[in-house]
Amino acid sequence: MAFDVGRAYEKHPNVAIRREEFGGLAYHYGNRRLVFLKAPALVELVETLAEFASARDALTARVPSGSIKSYEFALAGLLTSEVIRAR
Amino acid sequence: MPADVSPGPGQAPLRPALAGRLSHGLAAPICLTWELTYGCNLACVHCLSSSGRRDPRELTTGEARRLIDELHDLQVFYVNIGGGEPMIRPDFFDLAGYAVERGVGVKFSTNGTMLTPTAAARLTAMDYLDVQVSVDGADPATNDAIRGEGSYAAARRAMDNLAAAGFGAFKISIVVTRHNIGQLDAFERLAASYSAQLRLTRLRPSGRGADTWSELHPTRQQQRDLHAWLLDRPEVLTGDSFFHLSALGAPLPGLNLCGAGRVVCLIDPIGDVYACPFVLHEQFRAGTVRGDGGCAGFTKVWRESALFKSLREPGSAGACASCGSYDACRGGCMASKFFTGLALDGPDPECVHGYGEAALQARRLDPVLVPHPGPGHSKRRAGNAASGEPVFVTLGRLG
Repeated sequence: MAFDVGRAYEKHPNVAIRREEFGGLAYHYGNRRLVFLKAPALVELVETLAEFASARDALTARVPSGSIKSYEFALAGLLTSEVIRAR
Repeated sequence: MPADVSPGPGQAPLRPALAGRLSHGLAAPICLTWELTYGCNLACVHCLSSSGRRDPRELTTGEARRLIDELHDLQVFYVNIGGGEPMIRPDFFDLAGYAVERGVGVKFSTNGTMLTPTAAARLTAMDYLDVQVSVDGADPATNDAIRGEGSYAAARRAMDNLAAAGFGAFKISIVVTRHNIGQLDAFERLAASYSAQLRLTRLRPSGRGADTWSELHPTRQQQRDLHAWLLDRPEVLTGDSFFHLSALGAPLPGLNLCGAGRVVCLIDPIGDVYACPFVLHEQFRAGTVRGDGGCAGFTKVWRESALFKSLREPGSAGACASCGSYDACRGGCMASKFFTGLALDGPDPECVHGYGEAALQARRLDPVLVPHPGPGHSKRRAGNAASGEPVFVTLGRLG
């Protein structure tokens, strides 16, 4: 299903994230895919998605307003690669 | 080369800035190869670790489990387990099971000879475990010339056993040579017949490969054909090992950089840590996971070894500086250069533009300059009927 900024999401339960200086590495134990999270703020966003009623709320709370669109785009990509899932 | 790491479908290739960051090293390796044993019941003529005899100093089960704990703490997502033949270790299932239990996924390579129906059933029951069965030819004649009499049939039995046990998509792993590169389509059909994934990797002049590389490595034309073939098949895994082919233009999927000491490394059966699986040589030994008063403990070696720190420094383009392809291939594979006696800041011996060949010719005339991996753990009567017995002559200065 396509990413919908109004919906609630969470980190996929099969995913582990390791923090690195550039951001983080996400590994999906199910599909064995490694994904690069290219900013530390993106790691924080993914790790805390489940605390918010919608992706929009999470973006508003976690991301500077000027960057919201690019983080929204990143989340859509992470949904495709199953780093996050709808809840 | 980080094994089978790719940004994944739908993701943009890595931006150069990120590739640059990666080359400065990470908190822990993305991908770590752990050779469990030098023991092997085959004697492949290109074995990168010159395996054959078990080493009495191999890590004990307890040491191996402690290492797994450390990898867990470092959040190493998975290890590539190889050897030697890892299934020769009586504690193979114990260690693989323990790793998986601790959240360290296991991808292990096997020659298949010990992959009985019972073993296949045990492997099938484990989560987070991938199996790679090695073959180096699509028929017994091509394969057995490299891997020894009967090894093709044994690998096929292993594949049959995995299929019968319902393992799912295992991998068929092939080292590309001059003699099997014409069989890529046949390998693809073989993989499809098992619903398996095909994995092709590059031959290096490492281990016993030092003595056979000249006759086995693909020709320049074959490399071009391989590049085109792989571009058409992004689903074929390569362990990022053909990044030197990026100099032909289009990059292949993957990180396309030499990850040695930066994003990958090797732990050998006795706990020594090397920059990558293809440089088992004192010059690229970073330390040991065993306490010996020096660099002890894997984490400390990864973060503090002088060798790894130097590998993470920006490299010099050296003789490649004036080549327009340097940004694409970064001079190619360190191990291939080292064991053919070429300068580490010059062209790869298989440079697609041919710059490595002239340098190689000069080196061949002066064998004293070419470091040799030595016989390693090869059995004294290693070799097979098809290849004759390899003669181990130490041409270079070791250590």
